[in-house]
Amino acid sequence: MNENADPADIFRQESAELLEQLEQALLDLERSPDDHDLIDTAFRALHTIKGSGAMFGFEQVAAFTHEFESAFDRIRKGEAAPDQELIAIALNAKDFIRSQIERPEETDAVIGVCILADLRKLFADAQARAPIETAPAGATEPAAKLTTWRLAFRFDRDVLVNGSNPLLLLDELRGLGDCRVTVHCDRVPSLAEMEPDACYLEWEAVLTMAHPRSAIDDVFMFVADDMELKVEAVESSEAVAVAEVVEAVEVVEAAAPQAGAAIAPAAASAAPAPADHAGPAAETPAKRAGGVETSTIRVPAERLDEMMDRVGELVIAQARLTQLAAAGGGTKGVAEEIERLTSALRDAMMGIRMVPIGSLFGRFRRLVHDLSRDLGKEMDLTTAGEETELDKTMIERLADPLVHIIRNAADHGLEDSETRVAAGKPAAGRINLVARHAGAEVLISVSEDGRGLDAKRIRAKAEENGLIAPDAVLSDAELYQLIFQPGLSTAKEVSALSGRGVGLDVVKRTIEGMRGSIDLATQPGQGTEITLRLPLTLAIIEGLLVRVAEARYAIPLTAVEECVELSEADSTRSKGRSFLNIRGELVPFLRLRELFDEPGEPDSHQKVVIVAAADTRVGLVVDQIIGSHQTVIKSLSKLHADVPSFSGATILGDGAVALILDVPHLIALGQAHETRMQSSTPEFA
Amino acid sequence: MADAEESSRQVLMLGLAGEMFALDARQVREILDPIPVTRVPGAQPYVSSVLNVRGKVIPLADLRVRFGMPPASITPDSRFIVLEIDLAGEPTTIGIVADKVYEVTDLDTSTLQKAPPIGMRWRPEFIAAIAKWKDEFIIVPNMKQILN
Repeated sequence: MNENADPADIFRQESAELLEQLEQALLDLERSPDDHDLIDTAFRALHTIKGSGAMFGFEQVAAFTHEFESAFDRIRKGEAAPDQELIAIALNAKDFIRSQIERPEETDAVIGVCILADLRKLFADAQARAPIETAPAGATEPAAKLTTWRLAFRFDRDVLVNGSNPLLLLDELRGLGDCRVTVHCDRVPSLAEMEPDACYLEWEAVLTMAHPRSAIDDVFMFVADDMELKVEAVESSEAVAVAEVVEAVEVVEAAAPQAGAAIAPAAASAAPAPADHAGPAAETPAKRAGGVETSTIRVPAERLDEMMDRVGELVIAQARLTQLAAAGGGTKGVAEEIERLTSALRDAMMGIRMVPIGSLFGRFRRLVHDLSRDLGKEMDLTTAGEETELDKTMIERLADPLVHIIRNAADHGLEDSETRVAAGKPAAGRINLVARHAGAEVLISVSEDGRGLDAKRIRAKAEENGLIAPDAVLSDAELYQLIFQPGLSTAKEVSALSGRGVGLDVVKRTIEGMRGSIDLATQPGQGTEITLRLPLTLAIIEGLLVRVAEARYAIPLTAVEECVELSEADSTRSKGRSFLNIRGELVPFLRLRELFDEPGEPDSHQKVVIVAAADTRVGLVVDQIIGSHQTVIKSLSKLHADVPSFSGATILGDGAVALILDVPHLIALGQAHETRMQSSTPEFA
Repeated sequence: MADAEESSRQVLMLGLAGEMFALDARQVREILDPIPVTRVPGAQPYVSSVLNVRGKVIPLADLRVRFGMPPASITPDSRFIVLEIDLAGEPTTIGIVADKVYEVTDLDTSTLQKAPPIGMRWRPEFIAAIAKWKDEFIIVPNMKQILN
């Protein structure tokens, strides 16, 4: 963790994760309200937010969360049940906490007051409704069920440095019930040896309270890893005796005022500590709250990017070494050794960047929950393949497109319950979100069992907007692709959610920006499935290196279908039309020499690289196919943002730059070419 | 400190088609001997190629095109100057070609003048100021405008 990081930022990161946990727990609770683990998870998340919030100066957050937490504490104790209404309020409260943390200046405290009022009202109602149920747990029993506990505890020496204040913990302990605390100063060394910021004190306490044992653990939740705590129950007959002993000790304590004095300066010196040691102090609760089994390290993304750059350079240097070795011999063994190491390092590095997509899927449960409420349609979200891993930057960029697609599915795809029942479908619509690996690609599909796309309506709309000519002949598949065009929305009414015709075109652009593509399948009356096909990573790809005139270009190997020679016959015949006959199918081709304005005569034996995206293919005519190349992708600067033919650049073994061809763009170009040809030579079509 | 900045500014002096240009030294990252560049087909003529500078692919701008000077080939005196410039709020590393790089010097800011709107061979928005140095007129280019 960065030493200079703003502690408030750390808290923000921290709490974003906790709030996500909280939201998941709340949504799960809706399904299984009796699950105590879920209630505990929610409670712990709240407790941690409150604690760290106060520590990092987010007092308002801490105050609000405190009330919220108290409410959850009552649920935990079985005084209230987490019903729909409560969860709805809790979700609002969670959103409020989030906005309080992220945009404190824009957040109106009144909202918080309203949420809390709702919460109180709900609890008052609950108590009024079920006085018989709650009475034994609430009013009469605590008095009868007082338990006395004997506690002995001491902290690690550096507990003050880590930002904990034992005095506050003792206060919290006292708040639980009747508590007598004795301090032991046996370990306090002489003044000369004493470190001013170390904690040498030990405590014993006798606590009589109505709360369960876990209340004690909650007090020490944040420091549990840095302390020794012994708790034993005392029989009530013994309790009196213990209390007397404590009283006797208290006299001694009074005679030893240095005990208190020792704490005071130590506590004071601890006060500024949280800022410097926010890391360790903040990590502990997160670990506990999540109950995470696998240990994780939070690494700033830019540091990973930097490391990725270095690995990229290593890959390049290795390619250069291989080239040298091939030329000079001798170093071949070393080159092979380094090649092995480089590719292992590259794979390990890529592994670090891979994150399971489940973290993204989690967010959509809330989205579907809210959509269901806002649209008044019943719907369920099922997910599969959460463990599928994808490059972290891609996961972030996928969030918005998937929100668009899911909204569309819920709003346009799914029918309302009556229509569904009438059509013989279950009343609740189903949205299915699935991720899986397929070769070097990751497929993410969103499917629903709604009404399916209406080709006629899309056509009407497209004609109305001038996207297609009224007499254009288009297959259904081509018509469906039109929904990804800007300005086309088939929703009859514009709702707050979708139907403005913005969205799917942005989705398409974003996905293509990640070198991915979109497939669409629809069945009238059965539903629609949109599949996003994405490359595994944005950083390094396998490429095919080709030469056009003197320049070299890389083509992503996943897009390459085959390479063929351009026969003299094809070459000369194609003056008028540029088509190749590939096993009976006509494939348009582009001469890269012409496209890139290369002067001079082409080589005599030209090659054609057939590239494909989705169902369309196009041939690229090059002078020479050099071979496969580990392509470390470097983005082009803004100054070249207007050049559509290239998606990036890479560095070759000799240090020169090769541009990476943008296959979807070239295919579109080839298609346009084809259409033009067809319209100019109608007898050909 | 502030005064020093007020009265003089460190600049890198370079020659281009017989004219002298001064670049703010704070923008300059490094000066390289010419290395092979890669043409970007379809790019604007003034940023027609890219090159590899320590593992980064950066665009190479040719001020000659922007100032309407005749094209020239690389000579032994030619240098690539790597600059870091804020383009639309993003620090961008770019290279520019110079026929010759002279020296880093302090430019007396009192000699800086606004470019006259008329009587200039070049588009006035490309010129931040005209300065005088050793009895010679030199051009302080407005890199942001040139690359816009």
